Amino acid sequence: MSRVFVHGSGAVSPAGWGTSALMKALDESAALPTQELSGAGKTFRVRNAPTPSPRPACLAHPRLRRVSAISQYATAAAFEALGDLRKPEHRLGIVVGVHAASIRYSERFYGDVLRDPATAPPVLFPETVINAPASHLAASLGSTHITYSVLGDQTAFVQALLIGAGWLADDRADIVLVIGAEETDWTVSASANLFSRDVICAEGAGALCLMREPSSIELESISDPALFSGRQKREPAAKQIASEFLPGVTNDLLCDGITGSHRWDAAESTAWREWAGARLSPKRILGEGLSAATAWQFVAAAERLRAQKHPAAVISAIGSNQQAIAGRLRFNEQN
Amino acid sequence: MLFPFPKRPAEPKRVVVTGAGIVTALGLGWKANAEGFRAGKTAFRPVTLFDVSRQRCRIAAEIDLPAEFPKGRLSERTQRRLTRASRMLLQAALEAWNRAGWESADRLPIVLGTTGCGAEAGESFFRNAVENSNARRGQATKSVIYQGQRQAQDLAEALGSNGPITIISNACASGSNAIGHAWELVRSGQSERVIAGGYDALGQLVYAGFDSLQALSPAPCRPFDAARSGLTLGEGAAILTLESLEHARARNAEILGEIIGYGACTDVHHLTQPHPQGDAALNAMIDACARAKINANEINYVNAHGTGTVLNDSSEAIAMQRWRGESVKSLRVSSTKASVGHLLGAAGAVEAVVCLMALRGQWLPPELCVENPDPACAFELVRAPMDEPVEIALSNSFGFGGANASLIFRRAP
Repeated sequence: MSRVFVHGSGAVSPAGWGTSALMKALDESAALPTQELSGAGKTFRVRNAPTPSPRPACLAHPRLRRVSAISQYATAAAFEALGDLRKPEHRLGIVVGVHAASIRYSERFYGDVLRDPATAPPVLFPETVINAPASHLAASLGSTHITYSVLGDQTAFVQALLIGAGWLADDRADIVLVIGAEETDWTVSASANLFSRDVICAEGAGALCLMREPSSIELESISDPALFSGRQKREPAAKQIASEFLPGVTNDLLCDGITGSHRWDAAESTAWREWAGARLSPKRILGEGLSAATAWQFVAAAERLRAQKHPAAVISAIGSNQQAIAGRLRFNEQN
Repeated sequence: MLFPFPKRPAEPKRVVVTGAGIVTALGLGWKANAEGFRAGKTAFRPVTLFDVSRQRCRIAAEIDLPAEFPKGRLSERTQRRLTRASRMLLQAALEAWNRAGWESADRLPIVLGTTGCGAEAGESFFRNAVENSNARRGQATKSVIYQGQRQAQDLAEALGSNGPITIISNACASGSNAIGHAWELVRSGQSERVIAGGYDALGQLVYAGFDSLQALSPAPCRPFDAARSGLTLGEGAAILTLESLEHARARNAEILGEIIGYGACTDVHHLTQPHPQGDAALNAMIDACARAKINANEINYVNAHGTGTVLNDSSEAIAMQRWRGESVKSLRVSSTKASVGHLLGAAGAVEAVVCLMALRGQWLPPELCVENPDPACAFELVRAPMDEPVEIALSNSFGFGGANASLIFRRAP
């Protein structure tokens, strides 16, 4: 059986740049302040990642000079997760899970096209391509090995994690960076608000660095997905996934995706009602960061295990319109 | 549980294709497309799906989708909400499904490549929101059916599948990456069978984007011609059913071909331009050959990425020369984008089906449009319909962001 271990984690979130900022905000357990974002005649509350000062050294690559925010977040989180783990002989795989992807430049470019396609700026279009963040990251790292961008709802990060684990199991890579990244834009908030008026969208990225060599955190399992469909709604799908992990052990952590928006959370709240262990809800503090938020959940769980606060953690990812899925990390005492 | 994975087999499983479906501007289905590609027909015409009157280029390979389409187990509600991309995907997937003769989709993994998802729904959502900030009617539906997972869910519903969905968006290599990933799932014993491919419908944003870059040709594209002036966009879908050889043989399935290699790597030279010496293209082909355990000289035909842009075609031609050395002269190459345009996320999947057609029919698809091959083309460019023995074919797909992928197919065992 192939085993996969988490060697590093990284994060950019409304709490700041770095995993320590993320964990500090979660430990303080107070919802972060919101900012106003306007578009198409409406105003939305969002949680943006703060502008870093000074600009992180990992963003010095020329490719990152004019890129959209999502590429900067993905790169910074990945560099933090990778640290100095990469050796010259390592084959580095990169998988980026996204939901809304490079939405800001897409919105700007399409707006320009509608005004006059003859003058739409060519500099914007390449940045609208879904794999632009992964491409910039690979270029920043000088990695010419395999790189994927994976699309989905909030669960895209889990799908990316599975692909990364597969590359390690099949010896396609020696080290894999798995990233979830998003950026805020009025179109994302407008869309989310059609389903729940009080959901607060957020932006940033989370990253895990995976290897075959043992570390203190092991990726123990990823559940089968429960797809949403006309035949299976969100709530029974969430319950199906939760049933694989319930009731949990008292000391175990459930890192869930509860946002604080009743309508948005209903399925997940019901599914995990019987959980017996501790709980952590990063989105209550940070906001609905889509695939980045699921990455934050994994990063937060890994950090809590690394601090030996829990022996294991279940991470619940109940997507908005695709599927429910969950993963389990455990502290590896032998390392 | 998806993870931990089942124990890997001692030797990787052999992976065969038992079903294929295809939709391009040449027509719907294997037969119409095989006839079109074999004859080197072209399918370009003025764009009618959106306004291009203010753009430099005004042609594409549009598909005439019939009012009736295969629906599988789709509910009436879902049928009413399908995007153009979903309808192409369903058309191709249900053709592949029927040809494979699979009966159950229980736990069947779906792996798809796309770049634009349900583009027209997303564009309509945006226009409505901008034009009327209070517009709500239909907006929720549009915001959902635009998303890439929605088209995959439509397919899952049509097939009655509850298996995992993976959507790879690696620009123009997406379709090849999806098939390559599916190949890895079967080869490693993670899944006995997988349905995989790519799809993309024409969209205004993407059309205007390529036009803004001046990557589009005002006239139909001419890949590898010395006077080529850019690419021409198309739309479509292609889907393959992959299963292990032993699984296919156990049920006496018709085998269309075997996938024996897949290589993937990243070109970090530039976001939109390939390395001028084709470094990443070369690495993808080398990687695919290594995993297929074959020598580059064993490949009879390459279905090139061949977009018709100056930079891509010269880079790819140089990569092929570096890859094959002196024997490149005997290598037969063509780009079927000359017939149906560049299908972006569907391109690799459509070209995979073309390779299977060539292996089964023992013919090579020509590029009738080439007048003077680029001097960089040291290989033999197929410029006229040709019946020819083909045992092994390689398909290249290279995308923005440096996503490079090569797939290798062998004639049915």
